[in-house]
Amino acid sequence: MGKVDVYPTIAWSAGAGCHGGCGQKLFVEDGKMIKIEGDENHPFNQGRSCPRVLALTQYMYHEDRITQPMKRVGERGSGKFEPISWDDAFDFCETRMKDIKEEYGPESIVFAQGTGRDIGGPISFLAYSYGSPNWVQLGLSGQSCYTPRLGAMKAVQGDFGVSDCSQFLETRYDDPEWEVPEVIIVWGQHPPNGCPDAFFGHWIVDCMKLGTKIISMDPRNTWMTSRSEHHLKLRPGTDGAMALGMLNVILSEGLEDKEFCAKWVHGLDELRERAAEYPVERVAQITGVPAEEITEAARFFANAKRASIHWGVPIDMCPDGTSVAHAIICLWSITGNIDIPGGQVIARPSHEVSSYPYSTEALIDLYGEELVKTLTEKRIGADEYKMVKNFRGWAQPDMVIDQIMTGEPYPIKGAWIQTANVLGGQAARTNFHYEALKKLEFVAVVDLFHNPTTMALADIVLPSSTFPEKDSFRSWWAPLSIIKKRVQVGDCKTDWEINFELAKRFNPEGTQRWGSPMEYFNERLAPSGKTFKDMEDAGGWLMPEDGPAKPYNRHERGLLRPDGKPGFNTPSGKIEVYCSAYEDWDLDPLPFYTEPPQSPISTPELHEKYPLIMITGARSQLYFHSELRGIPWLREKEPDPTVEVHPDTAADYDVYDGEWIYLKNDLGKVKRKVTITRRVKPSEIQTLHGWWMPEQEGAEPNLFGVWDYQVNQLVPGPQESKSGFGGGQYKTTLVTLEKMEKEGAAANG
Amino acid sequence: MAKYGILIDYDFCTGCHTCEVACQQEHNYPVGLNGIKVTEYEYQLANGKVKIDYMPFLTDLCDLCMSRQAEGERPSCVKHCQTACMKFGLTTDLTAEAATRPRAALHTHVPK
Ligand code: SF4
Ligand code: SF4
Ligand code: SF4
Repeated sequence: MGKVDVYPTIAWSAGAGCHGGCGQKLFVEDGKMIKIEGDENHPFNQGRSCPRVLALTQYMYHEDRITQPMKRVGERGSGKFEPISWDDAFDFCETRMKDIKEEYGPESIVFAQGTGRDIGGPISFLAYSYGSPNWVQLGLSGQSCYTPRLGAMKAVQGDFGVSDCSQFLETRYDDPEWEVPEVIIVWGQHPPNGCPDAFFGHWIVDCMKLGTKIISMDPRNTWMTSRSEHHLKLRPGTDGAMALGMLNVILSEGLEDKEFCAKWVHGLDELRERAAEYPVERVAQITGVPAEEITEAARFFANAKRASIHWGVPIDMCPDGTSVAHAIICLWSITGNIDIPGGQVIARPSHEVSSYPYSTEALIDLYGEELVKTLTEKRIGADEYKMVKNFRGWAQPDMVIDQIMTGEPYPIKGAWIQTANVLGGQAARTNFHYEALKKLEFVAVVDLFHNPTTMALADIVLPSSTFPEKDSFRSWWAPLSIIKKRVQVGDCKTDWEINFELAKRFNPEGTQRWGSPMEYFNERLAPSGKTFKDMEDAGGWLMPEDGPAKPYNRHERGLLRPDGKPGFNTPSGKIEVYCSAYEDWDLDPLPFYTEPPQSPISTPELHEKYPLIMITGARSQLYFHSELRGIPWLREKEPDPTVEVHPDTAADYDVYDGEWIYLKNDLGKVKRKVTITRRVKPSEIQTLHGWWMPEQEGAEPNLFGVWDYQVNQLVPGPQESKSGFGGGQYKTTLVTLEKMEKEGAAANG
Repeated sequence: MAKYGILIDYDFCTGCHTCEVACQQEHNYPVGLNGIKVTEYEYQLANGKVKIDYMPFLTDLCDLCMSRQAEGERPSCVKHCQTACMKFGLTTDLTAEAATRPRAALHTHVPK
């Protein structure tokens, strides 16, 4: 036995999945990680951990882990791969990708990512070095995960905002500047189930312990809703109506923060007029929540001195998600909660460091004029949707898959898929994605394990690393952190190493000033005045100092606008509840409500055939999307894909607890095990996504059982909103329960 | 006599499973062996509201993390609990502390 060394680092996927940010200590013996523990000295988690990160040794040293580049030798889908060297793997990718570029142009390869992992930097670096504008969250209908909310915040208030749980302050809850929020609306999420978007979910619970009261906006019953002051059980997809109804209560009763609105809000009268179209009685009818409950919750929120809203993906997944987000932003704005202690604080990347460049000048400098032209002219969806063109550099996912199928307006011939199990995870209308992607001439997948996507599609699989195996950095809100490599597993390389090597081959000129990813990191870190080494010597993380990245009252202090004047970073300098950016993008400048495309109201006949509203896409503490089903310590605690069914509904359908049944609609059917519970209403069911069985046969046609368990097969598309962002129908698809034939039930039971 | 125990402020246990995996990692227990297990209670109140509570239970496999104690460390489950709702200590101290909590359970525990 050797000596055990303990190293602090920052967690950020892969391994735990998640959006990361917590401090962890790695216990390393003879080059192997033998244990991981939370870092007590890190302000993010203060020693706490989650089950996924604590099971990391089982993930890193799993017998199924891919530890060498693998080239397909049989037919696509045969599951036959052979190990090759990295040199050969890079040569293979370079040749194939250069051939496609020559024949069809660089836009003919799409670069597809999932979520979690420090992926934005390396994948855009590679896509742009290759010359393709088509960087995409492939499969995620309407890009319905945070991007719609981010876009709305940028447009309305010029910056992003988050619930202030003291996360920007080094001494956290002890910092005298911070104050306990009186009220937090938790809208469409169960925060204890994970760490969404650089936010430790249990911070909300910390605040509850200190006295914060919760308003739950959730159709389900959860641990948190059963502890909330007000629980509004709205019908899935009606969040927009709810927000407008609450705005109406606040504005018609004069509960807004009048002083703040006079000084900092643009368009209040127009908003008041729009909100008046949503009297509570009408909203009660739409949402199914009694009018008095809506009124009381709106008053409770507006009367609090310090309040915020912590929100989740159901907002993005509403039809016109960007408008629903707009309405919710209005709620925290007109009540004067922006950037106050215990309110909705502005969130900026720490130390103004970004993991990839996005200004036009920086892009031209790095990748040349041609790329920047392609980004506007060839990027899929940028033509159709002005918001897609103007907010973030991504291609529109629903349009990308349609274009792969049709070849119009130009053909797509290849896909570089990194950190995305498209077929086992996010792809709505999964079968359509499968058929379209099968047509591609070249598919490379970078991942850590085989999954339905590698099996069905990959010509080559490149093995990536978990966070203890990599150098990287992170500036997503606070603190600024570095991830430091401590161990090596097999021949795995990091996403940065893989993409850097190939980027050099495609863009030798633009990338010549860096000899290694580390040199690139140092350039990105430059705005902080620190190098990677400085950060390492300082313990690995730094909280923002007074300035644009640290609360509070930055609009008063002239810290938000490039011109240094007081105000918000919008054209008017105010929070634009009447949104000029939306107007420029041909969108309604005021929030409005749209009924879900499938619902008892919009499609009564379909509802008769499929009477249950299926809620899917929620998080589990044990899994991250389609990851981790093969990790024994995790799978033990949630072994089967279940569907939550209300006791009355179970009686109606004559199903018992533990029975295997099908969830079914016109798009297909998937297997689920019934859990009878009052967590859901009789009119709704809930099931989690991302299920496939790593223990089953991977080769086609089985593909790890993905066709039996992948619930997104039932989710239709394309479903994007008028903005191009939002509307993926993951929360409002209509289905029914179908009993299995005897043999089927026995085989699964 | 049970000298030590773990106090659970169960009103704040979110059922996150962290303590369970923390224990398995610490002891390198394979699947099926657990020093601690968390149970869910779902029940209805008179007003129709549904309440969901969780309660961790120490099994006979719990050794109160003896080897960590020797190094002055808290038990792994206690340290990693995401809501810090568990506290390790002398049962005499914890009994007094339990009396200050509206919803708590004290597991006295003598390792087998
Ligand atoms: S989910 Fe949270 S606690 Fe777990 S590894 Fe990610 S950031 Fe850390
Ligand atoms: S005290 Fe140690 S042995 Fe006992 S349950 Fe907690 S982690 Fe397991
Ligand atoms: S870690 Fe804490 S909050 Fe999570 S289940 Fe265990 S006792 Fe409950």
